[in-house]
This record gives sequence, C-alpha cells and structure tokens, in this order.
Amino acid sequence: MTEFLSLADAIDRFVPDGVSVAMEGFTHLIPFAAGHELIRQGRRDLRIIRMTPDVISDQLIGAGCVTALEFSWGGNPGVGSLHRFRDAVEHGRPHPIDIVEHSHAAMAARYVAGASGLPFGVLRGYRGTDLPGVTDSISTVTCPFTGEELAAVRALSPDVAVIHAQQSDRVGNVGVWGITGVQKEAVLSSSTVVVTVEEVVDDLRPAGPNPIVLPSVVVDAVVEVPGGSHPSYSMGYSERDNAFYKGWDAVSRHPGVFAEWIDTHVLGVSDHAAYLSLVGRS
Amino acid sequence: MTSGDWNAGELMSIVAARQLRDGMVCFVGIGLPSEAANLARLTHAPGCVLVYESGTIGSRPDVLPLSIGDGILADTAVSVIGVPEIFGYWLQAGRIDVGFLTAAQIDRFGNLNTTVVGEYDTPTVRLPGAGGAPEIATSSGEIFVTMRHTRRSFVESLDFVTSLGHGRDGRTRSRWGIVGRGPTIVITDLCVMRPDPETMELTVIDLHPGVSAEDVVEATGWQVRFADRTGVTEAPTVDELSVLRRLRARTSEAHSV
Repeated sequence: MTEFLSLADAIDRFVPDGVSVAMEGFTHLIPFAAGHELIRQGRRDLRIIRMTPDVISDQLIGAGCVTALEFSWGGNPGVGSLHRFRDAVEHGRPHPIDIVEHSHAAMAARYVAGASGLPFGVLRGYRGTDLPGVTDSISTVTCPFTGEELAAVRALSPDVAVIHAQQSDRVGNVGVWGITGVQKEAVLSSSTVVVTVEEVVDDLRPAGPNPIVLPSVVVDAVVEVPGGSHPSYSMGYSERDNAFYKGWDAVSRHPGVFAEWIDTHVLGVSDHAAYLSLVGRS
Repeated sequence: MTSGDWNAGELMSIVAARQLRDGMVCFVGIGLPSEAANLARLTHAPGCVLVYESGTIGSRPDVLPLSIGDGILADTAVSVIGVPEIFGYWLQAGRIDVGFLTAAQIDRFGNLNTTVVGEYDTPTVRLPGAGGAPEIATSSGEIFVTMRHTRRSFVESLDFVTSLGHGRDGRTRSRWGIVGRGPTIVITDLCVMRPDPETMELTVIDLHPGVSAEDVVEATGWQVRFADRTGVTEAPTVDELSVLRRLRARTSEAHSV
C-alpha cells in the first residue's frame, strides 16, 4: 500500500546512507526537491544512478553525498560543464567518486532488463568505441539464432528509485506525461520507490502527450511537492527555468560560491516551498 | 541572392543545414546540430522529421531548446515516447536516415571523443561522456558532424574513442559489418570535409569564402589533406541569413531571465 508522507519522512525512511538510488528525469521531471532533502539530511555514500546527471547530481556530488555515479551524459545541457562533478573526477574534491559510464542506449537497455527481471540487456551497441575497455558492466553475447555478436550490459536493480511526476491519485496511482524518459523503467527496476508529485488529485487526468500510469502497487511512497522539479520542469505545471541552468555555471565553478549557495538555498531553508520563494518561483 | 554580411559561425550553421534533404529523418544532437537541423526545417527542408533522444519525434520548435528535453520539443512533437523506445524502436531498428553530431575532438577518420582529454582514470579534462552518440554513430544511415575548427579539437590522435567514425585505421566499419555509412561530411567554420572514398581520411573539399588552405592547415592537428581541386563554399543567401538570425533572436529572448 502506498504511503503518503512528508518529504523529510520519505527520504529519512527510504533513502538511507549507502544505498543505490536511481534519480531519473530526462531534462523533464527531475526530482530536485528530493535531492535537496538528501543534502539537508546529510546523506553519505550514495550510489547515484542517473542517465543525465545534470545540476541535481552536481549539487549532490558537491555536497559530499555521493561516492559512485552510474551515468551516460554528465553536463549542464546547452551550457557546459558540471564543475562539481568535474572537480570530483579530476581532483577528488570533496572526495573521489567511482564512475560507471555507459551510453544512453545501454543505460536504457539496463533499466529495461532490470524492470523485466533479466540479468542483462542486449543491444547493437558500443561498436568501435573505447567504452568497453573502461566499464566492467559492458560485455558481449552471441545471438544463438544468427551468430551476430551484440553488446550485453548488466541489468540495473537500484535499491531505491526517486522520481518526480505530475500527479498521484489518493490511492497512490501515479500519472506521468510528456517526456517520460526512463521514469517507468527506473520505478519497475528498483526495490523501493518514492515519487514526488506536483499534485494529489481525485481522478488522474493526464493532460498531455505520452500518458503513463504507474499503478500504486509499485509505489511505496508519494510526497506532494508542488514545484518539486525546479529548475527542471513538470509539463502542465511549470516551464524549465533555463535562466537558472545558465546561471548555475557561475555558482558551480568555485567550491566556495557553491557552498554558499547550498547553505542559503538548501541547508538554510526549512522546506521546498521556502526554496521556491528564494528563487522567485513561489 | 547571396549576402555579403555574415560571420563564420553563421556560415557554419547554414552550410550544415544545407546538407539535410527534405523528408530526411534526422536524429539531432544538442547545440550546433540542433540549430542547423531546425534551420533546415525552417528553410529548404520543411518535411524533415527531427528526432531528439529525449523521445520526441517530429518536433517543430520555434525557438531552439537549451536542453535535449525542453518542453517545446514535446509540445510541438508528432509523437512523444520513452527513451528505451527512441533508442530501440527508432535508432537501432534503422529508422534514422542521418545522425547529426558534434564533439569535443575529432580525428582524421571522423572518430569522435566526448569522454576525456588525457588518461581515463586521471583525466586532464573530464568531458560530459557518450550520451546517445555511440549508437547514433553506428545505427544511423549516415552521420553529419559539425564543430568549430581548432587545433585543440581537430587532433592527430584521440585520447578516447567515444563514437566510431571510420576507426583508427579507417577500416573499422566494414570489419564490424556496420550498415551505417558513418561520417559522410564534416562542416566547420573554416571548410567542408568529406572522407576520401578509398582511405576514408577526411579531405577538405570546399573552403569557406575568405578562408585559405593555410588557415585550415594551421587549425588542424594532423597533416590535413585537400582535394585536388578545392571549391569555395557558396555564401549564405539573404533568406538563409535572415531565418537564422531571427531563430537566434527568438531563442536568446526565450532563454533570458
């Protein structure tokens, strides 16, 4: 049965130190409020699984929450580098992190395999690239029917999935629409699932393209957090704050400026509503 | 009618856009490729189907997205699907005519590096990584590459091959039995290059107006080859330039505070 919790309680109960946590959202529906709560609670030794570790991962890495990252593209899209991520990889600051690096197609195949209860995913991938030489979870398999050699990639089975979505009904069925990325696969491949939503409604009414309903039987906790994806967005509720992403470059570039930003915008606020008011989005 | 008033960055986008033929299904990378693909759609190729890796098919944005999954791509799409489907049912299944890519570094065989500069475990520069590119590079019918031409980006030897061009020896594709033709053209702010049909080595076929062979040699980290008779790129037309500038102006306004 899905529980309806406060953000602090959901993170406290379901995302302890040391777990592997899939925090997905492909530009859209990124669970920033949950990320901030992890920082506020001083979480450590997280293994973050995220195809596109953008600013949310930069914040978690810079705040010292992360010791491993499985990913396929780590940048601030359209802007440039994630400086806290780079600082961790290039200089071990605030501490070194292990990276497990794939392509998007392979990460997607790994999630699908995990969601399907299979040990590995298969794809026509990685041909002629150097990635198999640096990533242990990439191998090959020969098709028993055609003899074609294909890439085999280890399935993802995260301890926890944390995603943001537009809506939940009062039972805990979750509605997602628009660019759904791997939200469904992240949920179905993980042992426990926390979903932050824009709104809890009486009737789910997906109001856009590509509607998906994740049944409550696969959702452990729902947390209502309006604006919980900022500076990412929730189609039907908010627009991506592109100016924030552009401004992040200057914040992230220097550890001191970054620390000050975290102090003010994450540690110094009681909840996500207070954060939204600070960034002018309330 | 051509216009005399343009800069190298504008010309690069315009020349890149010209490569797309109307009706092509194009898998679009963010940044320079996205600008070029949308310029093509807004000029000579209105029937181009732009596919973004976030899962949008047939997007027709009137401003350029900052990220690969901005709302405008979903709002204007014919269809929106999940990421496993876009890479499985669309890219891997062979439904993409052309992949449009950029990179931090390229070598003489069109191999691309977006992973690291320096050693993998102790990189000098940690780049964003692969994204969709490794499979775009091998599963698309062909690849167009567009990037700025500097000695730091056009290098003698890649520290890391993230996405296959024609391999470190120019022969890798056939060895793997890869159907896609790989990079068929590279458009820079100085010139246009195509792989030599025999050796697959990138060869300068057109110089942009006002650019000398010497300029290209200076900006290329390998001993760059030129076609026997290089041409001169056609300058932007008034129409191309005006559509591009309006697109950039709308984009810049949309992304400002």
